[in-house]
Amino acid sequence: MFDRFKKRVKESFPEDETPSVIRKDELEDKVRNILLEADVSYDSAGKIVEMFRDRLGKVKKKIDYQLVLEELKETIREVLSAQDSDLDFLSPGKSPYVVLFLGINGTGKTTTVAKLATYVKKNGKRVVLAASDTFRAGAIEQLTQLGENIGVNVIKHVAKSDPSSVAYDAIEHARARNLDYVLIDSAGRMQTNRNLIDEMKKIKRVSKPDLTVLVLDSMIGQDAVHQAETFMKETPFDGIILTKLDTDARGGAIITIALELEKPIYFVGIGQKMDDIIPFDVEWYLDKIIP
Amino acid sequence: MVLDNLANSLRDTLRRISSSSYINAETVKEVAKELQRALLKADVNVKLTLELTRKLEQRAADEKPPSGMADQDYLVKIIYEELLKILGVESSIKVTPQKIMLVGLYGQGKTTSAGKLAKFFNRKGLNAGLIAADVHRVAAYEQLEQVAKSVNAQFYGEKGEKNPVKISKNGLKSLEETKVKIVDTSGRDSLELELIEEIKKVKAAVEPDEVLLVMDATIGQQAGPQAKAVDDAVGITGVIITKMDGTGKGGGALSAVSEIKAPVYFIGTGEHMDDFEIFNPKKFLSRLLGLGDLETLLETVKEVDITEEEAEESMSKLMSGKFNLKDMYDVWEKFSQPSLLKKIFDSLPLAKMPGGNKINPDDIENAGSKLQRYRVIMDSMTFEELEKPELINSKRIARVAKGSGKPETEVRGLLKEFKMMKNNLKMMKGNRGFKKMMKQQLRAGNFGLDEALEGVE
Ligand SMILES: Nc1nc2c(ncn2[C@@H]2O[C@H](COP(=O)(O)OP(=O)(O)O)[C@@H](O)[C@H]2O)c(=O)[nH]1
Ligand SMILES: Nc1nc2c(ncn2[C@@H]2O[C@H](COP(=O)(O)OP(=O)(O)O)[C@@H](O)[C@H]2O)c(=O)[nH]1
Ligand SMILES: [Mg+2]
Ligand SMILES: [Mg+2]
Repeated sequence: MFDRFKKRVKESFPEDETPSVIRKDELEDKVRNILLEADVSYDSAGKIVEMFRDRLGKVKKKIDYQLVLEELKETIREVLSAQDSDLDFLSPGKSPYVVLFLGINGTGKTTTVAKLATYVKKNGKRVVLAASDTFRAGAIEQLTQLGENIGVNVIKHVAKSDPSSVAYDAIEHARARNLDYVLIDSAGRMQTNRNLIDEMKKIKRVSKPDLTVLVLDSMIGQDAVHQAETFMKETPFDGIILTKLDTDARGGAIITIALELEKPIYFVGIGQKMDDIIPFDVEWYLDKIIP
Repeated sequence: MVLDNLANSLRDTLRRISSSSYINAETVKEVAKELQRALLKADVNVKLTLELTRKLEQRAADEKPPSGMADQDYLVKIIYEELLKILGVESSIKVTPQKIMLVGLYGQGKTTSAGKLAKFFNRKGLNAGLIAADVHRVAAYEQLEQVAKSVNAQFYGEKGEKNPVKISKNGLKSLEETKVKIVDTSGRDSLELELIEEIKKVKAAVEPDEVLLVMDATIGQQAGPQAKAVDDAVGITGVIITKMDGTGKGGGALSAVSEIKAPVYFIGTGEHMDDFEIFNPKKFLSRLLGLGDLETLLETVKEVDITEEEAEESMSKLMSGKFNLKDMYDVWEKFSQPSLLKKIFDSLPLAKMPGGNKINPDDIENAGSKLQRYRVIMDSMTFEELEKPELINSKRIARVAKGSGKPETEVRGLLKEFKMMKNNLKMMKGNRGFKKMMKQQLRAGNFGLDEALEGVE
């Protein structure tokens, strides 16, 4: 993953071929385009270029491409580290720990719920899932089958029923059995859809989640910040999970969200299988995007 | 509404064009920069964007507008044409019996679109059947089965079977009698070489008439390369862009379209089976730019050309420096028939507004009714006053106001606007772009500038 992007970065900044004079505006355009091509938002790309400019201005030695890449990496590191999450997902200090997942359609919410259930179960925790996507065709069946595959209980009602009450039942279920986690799946919703946003508000009100997670697809482009901002306003979330980072996408949304919404990234999804999820690590990500 | 943000920023760009009194290299550069920003913010591919704006600058420098067309309008036309190139050729899916295969990344809306397509064909009298060849996503079978049921389509699937080629073959056989056979496949991306191989095999087995790429409107810079990989593998014949009901602007998906040179057939605008629209690039772009319909615009320009000679005549009169209220009245009589005014506004709502920077549908109405009121005011003036407006002092203003039944502020507004126009004339006498701009203003029934309007309303 990210190979092609690394190649592009390398092409733009061939290490041993620094021209004798580096033009500042050209350099900044290059950096900006690299960021835009990684799906960092337009505004964030601008901000990072500014930060990068300041940083480079302080450099005393001769600037070559090697140094440019180091400084760019350092700039992004600074942005991402500022949002380093202090969440300890495996010992959250409350049980049942209720986590609600939201996002637009098809980003990977259901898969992520099942992956995280697998993750905590492997670490000796007990978990129940709430099939609160009662809308999409086959959604309940999807979570049910995933639950069966990983040996985790799924609380469900019939299709089209009230998602809030499914969540409520799952929490009751967990309380009665002293389970450690309740993971609530939800239907995909456009942040522009009033009814569905109201429905999400109700789910939040009823389930009082300890953690609300926005699930974003790493393929997402400039819309990431619109989505995040609207969800933040309507149904505030605590942090992000970025899925599908096994694809050729760069997931520039990570940088955008850190910079513009100041929210941490908890996990990233790196495949369709149940083990394909890892806690987000700044250095891991930096290594992927800057050679 | 769909694509509001992109539309707004593009419209701002066009507004800048129309509000500049003439176009020079610097204006073009600024416009190019703004367009660049708008496109990048809409996820249009970075390289494609840079190419497009380079082309714009080059064409603006090299080409001359045809006679009778203002530089501003011509620049708009170039932008329109260049953007249209991104949107791909106009083409629609054939309404005949056929085999369709859907391909695309994970979670883009393939299965949902399969249902929407089935409904589309059913409505056209061609019964449709759906084949469940997604063997990777959990419960993909159940999802498609439910989708099929909801649109009254046939369904074929084999629960638990892991070979999509086998399912597809059996499905085609089993749905022999069904007119339109739609094969739903798994999500995949360019790096999953096994999945790319798999889709090649499915295609070979299905021999589809159409291979449709399903892409959502939120995808960013990856759209092009991803589409290309799938295109190289199975040859895409058409595109469906989904999730256009959100705030994703579809620029990524459109860049993909431009990359693989396949037409967009449909857009998805919601989760329900009816949220599906046929895509027409020209209409789409017009809506985006707020240009009404370019063809209507061109027609209108032709119609206006009839009065071009008259315009020329009035113009020389104006230029002679002996410009008075009476001339204003005459000119305005000629050019401001409400129907003509409306037509121009409808076809090119941006380029024609006073000052060009505040477009409000009401302004069109206002411009018309403002002129109506000015006519009444002028009718209450003496010939002497019309010929020598400088005579009109506050006493006369009071009289005219009384005679016309309009408030004094409005009479003052009219005079202010006249003065501004006269000043503009003086100021712009030596300017090449002036004539064209004047014609535009006259057609729009605007004799002063925006501020004058504000003084009145
Ligand atoms: N390659 C890859 N695919 C994923 C990942 N997460 C989810 N998916 C796929 O994305 C599609 C949509 O996932 P799903 O969980 O149903 O999305 P939801 O609609 O948000 O619940 C499915 O085909 C998943 O297999 C990931 O990290 N990598
Ligand atoms: N809002 C919206 N959602 C859509 C649209 N098309 C599909 N979806 C949703 O996107 C998600 C993924 O769709 P699906 O058909 O399962 O995608 P697939 O994985 O490519 O087959 C589902 O939640 C669908 O309801 C659309 O045009 N608008
Ligand atoms: Mg789901
Ligand atoms: Mg599907």
